[in-house]
Amino acid sequence: MHQDYNILIYGYGNPGRQDDGLGNAMIEKLESWVKSQKMKGIHFDSNYQLNIEDAAEIAKRDLVIFVDASTEDIDDFILTQVNASTDVAFTSHAASPGYIVGLCKDIYKTIPPTWLLHIRGYEWEFKEGLSTKAKQNLEDAYELMKEKLENPQELIDAFEPF
Amino acid sequence: MEQKITIEPVTRVEGHGKVTIHIDDEGQISQSRLHIVEFRGFERFVQGRPYWEAPVLVQRLCGICPVSHHLAAAKALDVIVGAGTGDGLTPTGEKMRRLMHYGQTFQSHALHFFHLVSPDLLFGVDGDPAIRNIIGVAKKYPDLAVQGVMMRKYGQEIIKATAGKKIHGTGAIPGGINKHLTQEEKDSFLNGADPLNIDKMIAWSIDAVNFLKDYHKKNKEFIDGFAAFPSNHLSLVRKDGALDLYHGVLRAVDADGKKILHDVDYQDYLEYINEEVRDWSYMKFPFLTEYGKKDGWYRVGPLARLNTCDFIPTPLAQKEFEEFKAYTKGKPNNMSMHMHWARLIELLHSAEMIKDLLNDPDLMSGDLVIKGEKKNEGVGLIEAPRGTLFHHYRINEHDQITMANLIVSTTNNNQPMNEAVNHVAKEVMTGQKKITEGMMNAVEVAIRAYDPCLSCATHALGQMPLELILVDKNNQVIDRKRK
Repeated sequence: MHQDYNILIYGYGNPGRQDDGLGNAMIEKLESWVKSQKMKGIHFDSNYQLNIEDAAEIAKRDLVIFVDASTEDIDDFILTQVNASTDVAFTSHAASPGYIVGLCKDIYKTIPPTWLLHIRGYEWEFKEGLSTKAKQNLEDAYELMKEKLENPQELIDAFEPF
Repeated sequence: MEQKITIEPVTRVEGHGKVTIHIDDEGQISQSRLHIVEFRGFERFVQGRPYWEAPVLVQRLCGICPVSHHLAAAKALDVIVGAGTGDGLTPTGEKMRRLMHYGQTFQSHALHFFHLVSPDLLFGVDGDPAIRNIIGVAKKYPDLAVQGVMMRKYGQEIIKATAGKKIHGTGAIPGGINKHLTQEEKDSFLNGADPLNIDKMIAWSIDAVNFLKDYHKKNKEFIDGFAAFPSNHLSLVRKDGALDLYHGVLRAVDADGKKILHDVDYQDYLEYINEEVRDWSYMKFPFLTEYGKKDGWYRVGPLARLNTCDFIPTPLAQKEFEEFKAYTKGKPNNMSMHMHWARLIELLHSAEMIKDLLNDPDLMSGDLVIKGEKKNEGVGLIEAPRGTLFHHYRINEHDQITMANLIVSTTNNNQPMNEAVNHVAKEVMTGQKKITEGMMNAVEVAIRAYDPCLSCATHALGQMPLELILVDKNNQVIDRKRK
């Protein structure tokens, strides 16, 4: 089923800063699961931060899902559509998902259906390993992601062009 | 009545910083300060850890320039494992590390130019902030934006191939490197499909240098005069005086070009460099001990490197270097905005170095690691994209780190950034009571010329809104602006 798709799941954060590594941890879990299920067409990437070259990475995808840790006061995780953003309130060497989608739109004239999975984190010190609560959030979000990847067309269709 | 203007934090700069500008009753700038909210816990964090973990651990410092910390730590540990001080590695070990480092410098310099500098140059410092960013560049100059994206991507792929992976790379290990370059990787970097090949990267680097030179011709007053001030300059140079971003001896020159630090072994850096603590900033202020706090501070980074070195050992960059030096008649260049010119010459040099290294057979075969008589202390220096980076470790008989001292590039540039802010504040804010968008950005442009990376010590999760606070001499806020 999946071999007809070109899907990118991209987790980012610094796993050396505890829960900031939630995005990277999700990639490890999902990649392993996708491999065990022998699913095709689903690609993975992981980095400290998003940056401008990622506009090229997403340009030809049927579906993109970014995964990031969140410091915001959300329950456990939240999956939201990413719209192009011209917001410059980001640092020189990191970029928001909306910024990447915006760059992709302006440079490559395409907008891949893009979603952001935000997973709530709690601790951010110079340590490896997730906090107990973050681990639970990761597990819950993992179950959702498996469900979504079983039927990716659902997320593709749910994406509202802007 | 004295007033204080606070710009907090500085947008498009890593980490968290704020600028305060004090204005007296006559509207004159009495004092300007760049405050850095820096977390200094990392040096204690590595204490007690096995020394061989350091090159990976230090990458937790910063998701921006992990390669610089990775290599500086590895160089310090080379000394500890008896592999020498940077030039004692096997040819494969040293050249693979150099490829990693020049790949990192290439992508970092490209990113800085396309992401930070080009919006200001193309749309003007006073340009509409809604379009004065890379999105604006992408809309109006899509080809330029594509170049930025692809140059950054190329450098990132070099890092991945040499460091092993994008996150927490393990390529450099005490005494060498843990992998060769494969034939497939070499072919891809040399002759990859357009545009991801080295000849295209060199061609685009030349275009970037020419873009800057052309802009300079049309805007001499701004580029030459903005935040220009005399200073000392410090960097590594190769023993024969060549520009070398990976290894060398420490050299400093004063504003007139006189050598004031004479090509010394950086293992002895504590004999020559000291750090001052000031109560209003977490970040220290390094200076040359011999010249004291007042006269011994120095700049580091691309401008400093082109002021300290005698030549560049790659032909295309050397040609540009000669033009660069001729502009100041061979004297040191003290114009802050010329940092961009110097950075792009280094971009070109990095691309040339990458090509030379890729054609070197030592990358694909040969011994990877060398070790000798173990020591309990080592210092590693590297010219990171933003400037000289110091790593210093001591270990005990159980191979645990007992002491770590890091002086990051941005710390080395602390006083110069403060000087730059002061000069610009006097230029654009004297006599002003209200802060305009152009004024705010002028201060930021001065700081961004140094490309400070404050995330070495602060968590890079936060957003970076800009806030200006006008405060009188009694610290009462009389105006506040935020974007």
